[in-house]
Amino acid sequence: MPDSVGLELLAQELREADADAILGTLYFRDKATLLVAPAAIVDTLEMLRAKGYGALMSVHGVDYYPEEPRLGVHYELLDMNAVDRLTVKLRVPLDNPHVASVTPRWPTANHQEREIYDMFGVVFDGHPDMRRILMPEDYEGHPQRRDFPIGGEPVLFTIDEAEGTAYTQ
Amino acid sequence: MSTDVTRSSGYRQMEESITMAPLERLGTDDLDQELLTLNMGPHHPATHGVLRLLVTLEGEVVRDLKPIIGYVHTGIEKTAEDKNYWKAIPVVERMDYLAYYFNAYAFCGATETLLELEVPARAQYLRVIHMELNRIMSHLVWLGTSALDLGAMSMFWYCFRDRELILDLFEQSSGQRMHTRYIQVGGVADDIPRGWAEKLKEFTDQMPSRADQYKDLLANNEIVLQRLRGICPLAEEELLKLGVSGPLLRAAGNPWDLRKATPYCSYDHFDFKIPVGTEGDNWDRFAVRVAEIYESVKIIEQAMDGLPEGRWITDDRKVALPPRHELATSMEALIHHFKLVTEGFRVPPGEVYFPIESPRGELGCFVRSDGSSKPARVHMRDPSFVNLQATAPMTEGSYIADLIATLAMLDPVLGGIDR
Repeated sequence: MPDSVGLELLAQELREADADAILGTLYFRDKATLLVAPAAIVDTLEMLRAKGYGALMSVHGVDYYPEEPRLGVHYELLDMNAVDRLTVKLRVPLDNPHVASVTPRWPTANHQEREIYDMFGVVFDGHPDMRRILMPEDYEGHPQRRDFPIGGEPVLFTIDEAEGTAYTQ
Repeated sequence: MSTDVTRSSGYRQMEESITMAPLERLGTDDLDQELLTLNMGPHHPATHGVLRLLVTLEGEVVRDLKPIIGYVHTGIEKTAEDKNYWKAIPVVERMDYLAYYFNAYAFCGATETLLELEVPARAQYLRVIHMELNRIMSHLVWLGTSALDLGAMSMFWYCFRDRELILDLFEQSSGQRMHTRYIQVGGVADDIPRGWAEKLKEFTDQMPSRADQYKDLLANNEIVLQRLRGICPLAEEELLKLGVSGPLLRAAGNPWDLRKATPYCSYDHFDFKIPVGTEGDNWDRFAVRVAEIYESVKIIEQAMDGLPEGRWITDDRKVALPPRHELATSMEALIHHFKLVTEGFRVPPGEVYFPIESPRGELGCFVRSDGSSKPARVHMRDPSFVNLQATAPMTEGSYIADLIATLAMLDPVLGGIDR
């Protein structure tokens, strides 16, 4: 792990390349995190790859309801040679949930970005196949959002379909 | 990792005399066969769960493949948000149903990191013993079902016979055969019962010879060799790009294993090796997993020999339940018990990603706490979910029969993929 000083130096270096890219840093439980602007995500990850953080181990979404900007996307980076981890986080508002996709450069993000789209409604621009992945294709809503009620999803039974009431509450 | 049994065999010569000309003609502009798009699954015995593959075939050759998933999506991550931390453990365990100790440990480890909780040494060793037993169990299920896919029926019974021994051990130590809820935040549910150590010893004594038998049955089998050697390899760089981890990556020669790279849960106390392959083909994937069974046995033996004395769960009464006998005499213990069972414990706000090495690769648990007694977000980075993306690049241009073998060697668990 980069320590808290190393993290600041890294953030400074990235700021020199693009002044608006890094919004802040966080050092929590011995783990370094960079908070980046959504527009700068691909460039930032590419610069971090040049620094050795070549493996993108996980991409996952978070809903920070009721805070704004509400939806978060986290990228877990790994440097296999230095055995070093770094988290990159970004936040997008609910009314404009668009982030550039990293799938063209990190193919591993393909399924994971689709899952975030499915569960949170974050749209990844430039993704080759931006569809739902776990929920049915005709599903409405994004179930992992914090204001989506648990147990509120309609269930399709074949018997109801036959009776003309396709979905039961 | 490779043997040269087939090189000189008469069968190989016979095989080589068969002309491959019709196959080579496929894919040229001379299209005397059209493409056929076929659904394999979701209810197909060789998909190891409810996996649907949309396969585009040219004759018998796979030209394109798309996995379609979500058939066993049960919203476990959503359910966990509605439960106290200690009540979320059983639902999280049910994700990857062949690696329940790993799921539970990833979640508990993330929670313990947020709580900055020290776990007693005995609990760490007991966790290691159970996780490695779980790894052997998972590999046995994989070996049995994969051999079944290749047409070897008896392997399935042999592997499930040994799996039964492990499940008996789980039942004795925790009361359950699967989804044991043994690993708790702060330690494990209970100390190992009397007689368990001897039973475990019996198992670890016989497991290596059993694994030898399985290797003898399969590794010198002409059919298995023909089905696995040199089939559907994928280079290390490609695997890294696709985020593949675990035995699949190690089969391609990259010795990345989180137990060695970033030791957690006292794994640095044990002496074990990381089996790696050279070619990254199906044979190496097979050989790496079989070799891992021996290493897991070694870890269990060392952990059992060096099992430290002491508590098996933390003494922090804000997190762990007080001992049962105290409830009758201590008001304080009663209050702690009541608060823990009704409200649960509160966790300081923050976000943690806790990666461990599951039987299938990097299993990372992301937990976000908002300071309440329920997690605000639980996410599992399940290795099967990510590894599944490698199916298409592995199998494109190979026979459909090799697709079945590759899928078996990929070892996806759909409960983990769909969560």
